[in-house]
Amino acid sequence: MKATMREPFIFRFFSALDARSRIALGVFLAVTLLAIPALHLMLPPESAFHVSTYAITLLGKIMCYAIVAVAMDLIWGFGGILSLGHGIFFALGGYAFGMYLMRQIGRDGSYHADLPDFMVFLDWKELPWYWHGSDSFWWAAALVVLVPAVVAFIFGFFAFRSRIKGVYFSIITQALTYAAMLLFFRNETGFGGNNGFTDFKRILGYSITSSETRLVLFGLTALMLAATFIFASWLVRSKYGRVLTAIRDAESRVMFIGYNPLWFKLFVWTLSAVLCGIAGALYVPQVGIINPSEMSVANSIEIAIWVAVGGRGTLIGPIVGAFVVNLAKSWFTVSFPEYWLFFLGLLFIVVTLLLPHGLVGLWKTLWKTLRKSQGAQA
Amino acid sequence: MLKTLITLLLMACAHTAHAAPDPALVLQLADEDSSVKVAAIQKLTTTADPDTVRIFKAMAEDSLMLAGDAVVIIDGDKAFDAATGKLVAMPESPESITVNNRIRGELANAMAALELFDADPTVRLASAQKLQSKVSAEMAPLLAKAMENETDAKIKSLLALAHAQANLANTDPVARLAAVRALAGSSSPEVKSLLIPITQNANEKDNRVRYAAISAVKEIEGRVKMTDNLGRVFSGLSLGSILLLGALGLAITYGVMGIINMAHGELLMVGAYSAYAMQSLFRTYFPGAIDWYLPAAIPLAFFAAALVGVIMERTVIRWLYGRTLETLLATWGLSLILIQAARVLFGAQNVEVANPSWMSGGIELMPNLLLPWNRIIIVGFALFVLSLVWVLMNKTRLGMFVRAVTQNRPMAGCVGVPTSRIDTLAFALGAGIAGLGGLALSQISNVGPDMGQGYIVDAFMVVVLGGVGQLAGAVWAALGLGVFTKLLEGWAGAVVAKIVVLVFIIVFIQKRPQGLFALKGRFVE
Repeated sequence: MKATMREPFIFRFFSALDARSRIALGVFLAVTLLAIPALHLMLPPESAFHVSTYAITLLGKIMCYAIVAVAMDLIWGFGGILSLGHGIFFALGGYAFGMYLMRQIGRDGSYHADLPDFMVFLDWKELPWYWHGSDSFWWAAALVVLVPAVVAFIFGFFAFRSRIKGVYFSIITQALTYAAMLLFFRNETGFGGNNGFTDFKRILGYSITSSETRLVLFGLTALMLAATFIFASWLVRSKYGRVLTAIRDAESRVMFIGYNPLWFKLFVWTLSAVLCGIAGALYVPQVGIINPSEMSVANSIEIAIWVAVGGRGTLIGPIVGAFVVNLAKSWFTVSFPEYWLFFLGLLFIVVTLLLPHGLVGLWKTLWKTLRKSQGAQA
Repeated sequence: MLKTLITLLLMACAHTAHAAPDPALVLQLADEDSSVKVAAIQKLTTTADPDTVRIFKAMAEDSLMLAGDAVVIIDGDKAFDAATGKLVAMPESPESITVNNRIRGELANAMAALELFDADPTVRLASAQKLQSKVSAEMAPLLAKAMENETDAKIKSLLALAHAQANLANTDPVARLAAVRALAGSSSPEVKSLLIPITQNANEKDNRVRYAAISAVKEIEGRVKMTDNLGRVFSGLSLGSILLLGALGLAITYGVMGIINMAHGELLMVGAYSAYAMQSLFRTYFPGAIDWYLPAAIPLAFFAAALVGVIMERTVIRWLYGRTLETLLATWGLSLILIQAARVLFGAQNVEVANPSWMSGGIELMPNLLLPWNRIIIVGFALFVLSLVWVLMNKTRLGMFVRAVTQNRPMAGCVGVPTSRIDTLAFALGAGIAGLGGLALSQISNVGPDMGQGYIVDAFMVVVLGGVGQLAGAVWAALGLGVFTKLLEGWAGAVVAKIVVLVFIIVFIQKRPQGLFALKGRFVE
């Protein structure tokens, strides 16, 4: 026990992964940090193996979604709390970082003013107080973590204290994100109203559209996803994770044993919100826009379906789900835009009715039957 | 409008002999100078001679011409003398009279004022109402004359108000005082803003008039406030009934049966599109009875939505009983499919559903408090649907079975209630009620594939606030939310009010997770 205490923290995180996860992680990092940048930079655009800017943006975007999916899985798959309002934390992180990006535009906007364009348009003379300090990268980075954390903590504290759970909780989170969306749609709120933030020019002084900046952001997102995955794996296998799972399965019993579920739930809820905020902050510079529709009810429910498709209660599942659903979405919306909603709707139904453990569960069952039939033959 | 003018013209032609406008004034209409023309028009108007309408109309249509010293009206190949209206020989080369925009505006005003003397009381009423907002000092004698001739009490009181407004600028302080006193009885904000300048020393030298104006403004303010609040309460009630119509179906499927149906908004949409379909059917086959498409759509909306509900229950929901979170996701999937189906069937754009003519207009309780018929009918319809639900749930065998199954499923099964069929029927009933709600919503809001998404959060809020398993709770929650929202909107704006209400509900649920009316005893988890 003592020996493990002296082990560096990072090793303890890694020890939570089994051999297969480590191999998968290694392959993932090699592909995202080495192969894709190399293919993008070194090969000419005509080459069949060239990775286009579009593909990099798309993959970067999906990796952000995958972080959100893992965050969602932490509270839904392991905590048994279905949030239908995770879009709000994603958007808050995005907006917090978007403020910094807006300030980085400087005087290059269409009005050539010190204020962001939409404020000039509204005839505002100075920045509102909450924009104070938004020109500093580190302050923006702190806000990305703090704002979702504070909102989630306050909301979660009251919700979990009054022991709201199940569907009630889902519906209230839905109302929360809906209210926030209405708030952000207002021009007077000071976040660009309908259009949100867009037309970013640079980040930390570097042009935001250059290949190098894109690749750095892409790599950072990949690292963040990997870190989220490792941390989540460690967390759910720790004592804390066990108690959380126990709360999911029998809350009253855990209470009678002497744990207070409030703090366990509140921690994972806030953590999940922070992860979403970070994902949002990584998403905005890559996609180049953030607007209130990110907080729409539909977007938040879609997060749940990524997790459900991949398989909740596993950590690789949400990542697989986020990739599968979003790749399908980009394929459908380009090739058969009118069938996308039919497909997504059917996906919701099929997964809940037929695949309660998602694609990962399906794979496991297939693998087992394959093993069995092989064993029978031998 | 045109019809009345033509009748007026004919009538005027018939009586030209004893009511002829002053020819000298008529000649001034053809003057080179616009100001002279305007003065002539105003003078002709104040004579309040209906015959002058004919001249003004001709002038506005550019058929008033100058032939030598006479002003004539050219109608096709005939010419009439403008002043007398008698047929005259066609002049050789009539000069046209220039009518610029200023004069056109003056003519329109003059013709509107002359409508006060129309034979038809409805035309007079419309004219008097139009005059309330724009009355000038020159019109005072005209209005006085109109008041004398008027027999209808309502028009007379309107004219009295207009007359008082015109007299506010009178040079005689006594006339002004009388005008201010007459205006104190009004309750319109426009009159108040007319009186406000008079309360200031700079604008009104006469003390008596000023004090009268001050107290008149106060009186009007009180009345305006009262009617404003009454109006807000009424629109709150009407919003409440809209919320109730949106939520009643959900009160059955979620409140009583415990099914989280995220496709509830789309069931509303089915009801709204039923109204559209019935309207198209009537337009094609029974254009004469188009006003009655809405009552005809009531059964269609109910059964179409109920059918969709049966299909949903049989194919998806029944496999998920007891797994609420999964039901939530699966029904969300159903809602996406329904939205896309509506897009494919009816197009992605909003469709136009017209109000039947009997729903337009309203009851005017006070001068600035109009209760529109469509809102009143919505409130009535909400009451109708509510009593329908109450009767179905409490007075029929089906309702008894539904209550039995939700209270104790195994026991209900034991005494021979076909529980699975009851589930389907109850869900279909909830869906059908949602369809009726959608039908009503089609009359006051946009009908489009996405319309359901706007109601789903509100509907859940109403049911959750009212307390699950309670129809009465949903009613109080809907009406309370409606009035609360409208009163808030009065001083905070629509969006802020909406946000405040949502936050209020979120906080409220924290305090009382069981809703306003908590179930007691064995139903509590």
